[in-house]
Amino acid sequence: MAKTTSNSSNSVSVVRSEMAPDMPPPIRTDGIVAWLRSNLFNSVSNSILTILSVLMIYYALSALIGYVVADAIWQGTTGTDCRVEGSGMCWPYIFNKLDFFIYGFYPDTEYWRPNIAFAIGAVLLFLLATPRIPGKMIWGFLFLIVYPVVTFFLINGGGFTGLVEVPTEKWGGLMLTLVVAVTGIVASFPLGILLALGRRSKMPMMRSVCVVFIELWRGVPLITVLFMASVMLPLFLPEGTNFDKLVRALVGVTLFTAAYTAEVVRGGLQAVDKGQYEAADALGLNYAQATTLIILPQALKMVIPGIVNNSISLFKDTTLVSIVGLVDILGAVRAASASQGWTAPTIPITGYFFAAAVFWVFTFAMSRYSQYMERQLDTGHKS
Amino acid sequence: MTSEDMSKNNAAPNPKDAPAKASLIYDPKIRAWFYQILLLGGVLWFFSSIWGNLTANMARQNIRTGFGFLDNTSSFEIGFKLIEYDRSSTFGDALLVGFLNTMLVSVTGIFIATLLGFTIGIARLSSNWIIARLATVYIEIMRNIPLLLQMVFWYFGVLAVMPGVKQSIELPLYSVFNNRGLVTPAPQYSDNFSLVWIALVVALIVAFFVTRWAQKRQDETGKRPPAALINTGIIVGLPAIVWLAIGATLTFTIPVLRGFNYVDGIHIPPEFIALLWALILYTAAFIAEIVRAGILAVPTGQGEAAKSLGLSEKHRLRQVIIPQAMRVIVPPLTSQYLNLTKNSSLAVVIGYPDLVSVFMGTTLNQTGQAVEVVAITMTIYLALSLGTSAFMNWFNARIALTER
Repeated sequence: MAKTTSNSSNSVSVVRSEMAPDMPPPIRTDGIVAWLRSNLFNSVSNSILTILSVLMIYYALSALIGYVVADAIWQGTTGTDCRVEGSGMCWPYIFNKLDFFIYGFYPDTEYWRPNIAFAIGAVLLFLLATPRIPGKMIWGFLFLIVYPVVTFFLINGGGFTGLVEVPTEKWGGLMLTLVVAVTGIVASFPLGILLALGRRSKMPMMRSVCVVFIELWRGVPLITVLFMASVMLPLFLPEGTNFDKLVRALVGVTLFTAAYTAEVVRGGLQAVDKGQYEAADALGLNYAQATTLIILPQALKMVIPGIVNNSISLFKDTTLVSIVGLVDILGAVRAASASQGWTAPTIPITGYFFAAAVFWVFTFAMSRYSQYMERQLDTGHKS
Repeated sequence: MTSEDMSKNNAAPNPKDAPAKASLIYDPKIRAWFYQILLLGGVLWFFSSIWGNLTANMARQNIRTGFGFLDNTSSFEIGFKLIEYDRSSTFGDALLVGFLNTMLVSVTGIFIATLLGFTIGIARLSSNWIIARLATVYIEIMRNIPLLLQMVFWYFGVLAVMPGVKQSIELPLYSVFNNRGLVTPAPQYSDNFSLVWIALVVALIVAFFVTRWAQKRQDETGKRPPAALINTGIIVGLPAIVWLAIGATLTFTIPVLRGFNYVDGIHIPPEFIALLWALILYTAAFIAEIVRAGILAVPTGQGEAAKSLGLSEKHRLRQVIIPQAMRVIVPPLTSQYLNLTKNSSLAVVIGYPDLVSVFMGTTLNQTGQAVEVVAITMTIYLALSLGTSAFMNWFNARIALTER
């Protein structure tokens, strides 16, 4: 610097005469280290949290794997084999009772009947739920109207079918859970749409009847509805008519679900642009035409995620039928854990783990589907 | 025809060309009345036939009617109760015991589930990848497994295989835990201790007004008085002063093992623990999702605007983000509270004496008066739910966006 100032006028004092030292390279913004730094260790408190969580995950996972796999009992024929101090899950119990968990008391020579019903249902549901496959009206008609009837005759048998009759008292396990869930969803759907339309009606009497109906069912817990269906329904009917337990529960579940479906559908009806109603009026369509041709197709498409979410809650709520004496999958697990030869401290937990895994697979799949549909239906026009 | 008539005819089409007066069938008003009368008739017919069947069936089965049974002696015992109740009490008392038990588990559950749910919801938005993933995994597991299953898992799967009384697990603060539940030390209040409680209530009321005053002051002058500090002082100080001044005493009796069970402590039955625990874990997952959605619903511009105004992180959250997020959070949060209350009715499965268990279970079996019992139970839940809706509407109206 001193040199520059004393030097001749052609050198400018602000210009460097030698190279500046190299700057350190910038911190990497890609790669695994950078990712770790920005996502896990970006501050002291976050670093502490990260380390604690990793420790927690390690202990939780090792405990879980130990319980379910490593320390679990895999071989055996009775509960006594599982009476080992410090042992984990009792897998022989699940292998032994698997049929009971899936079919309940259904006779084992007839298992093919529910199996066929499961298969048809899965195929129809796939065709109905995949957006790319055309012909939704046909699949919808088959799944919502034909399938329940066919399934009933297939599983129940008797009458003209020439199959051995299996009364509903023998239905159980996962099969019963699915029967209740599918019936609840399918049967409540038309009722829910009618209630939603009624609640949006301009006729005061129509509206109030629908509002009272919806709010009544939505305001009480399902368990009280099921109790009501099982103890009061017989009193409401003329002498001599008798429903079996399953039908009573189904009536309760359907009415309850219809109220929730109605609220979801109402959301869809409200979301249809006012211009669509006016356009339908301007075309001279009457109420029925406007509703079925213009409004409902748009509204129902919009509420598919809501309907799926409703189905998830209903699917989980089907466990409540075990309280009114039906043997659904939870009922089967609970009944089996008290069965002879299978008494060991780990037996109940094993059964609940199994049931929880089954439920989780179904509901998680449904919630993923709901999210997928939400993305499909999101046209990007939302502000 | 006058010219006036002519001009009228020119303006409007000839009455003869106009469509014929619509027949009554096509008049929307008449149609509406017709449908409604039809509906009303249908509803009336439905209820009258049900009523007819009901009275006939009940007469045939010799079921008594009326609400007189509420005054009859119940002659059954309830294991867990907040008020005086024994075999000589009435069914009405049993109803009250059940209702209070429902409220106890609901209010406790709502309080803890809110804390847990907010924590997990915020954790899900954390910049820490692992924390966010952990929260997501928690939510996806808890939401997708039926509550009833979780409840029986904790009760029959976990609590029932806890060690027996003799091998109780000793917890800190002299509490013990075994397969009969949790036993904690019981507080023993001196007679004048109620004055301390009164002081606490007074302090809370004063704190409420201090907060309002601080808010008003901030709106007017832009400076916020240290309300939190003042309030802490009042809430801790006032009861403490009263406590010392009147010389009230608070001692704890430590539970000791005598004979086959622990005595001198508060017994919290395993049913209550399992029910509460399951309700909290399940509802917290839903609350977390609501909180996350609420925070994400605040436009990013709001946070950026707050930053560019120079607000500190604390004020940015407290004055800008949270008030706007709450507008989205509160309505679904209230319905989660309601869900928790309704879900507490699953207690009947594990034998916690809640409203449904005591009334729709035991009382229904003893009296056989299904219609009255079901009607009372449903009305109570309905009242709770309509009350909550009314609150929600009021709250929504209060915090609704005022568009200027």
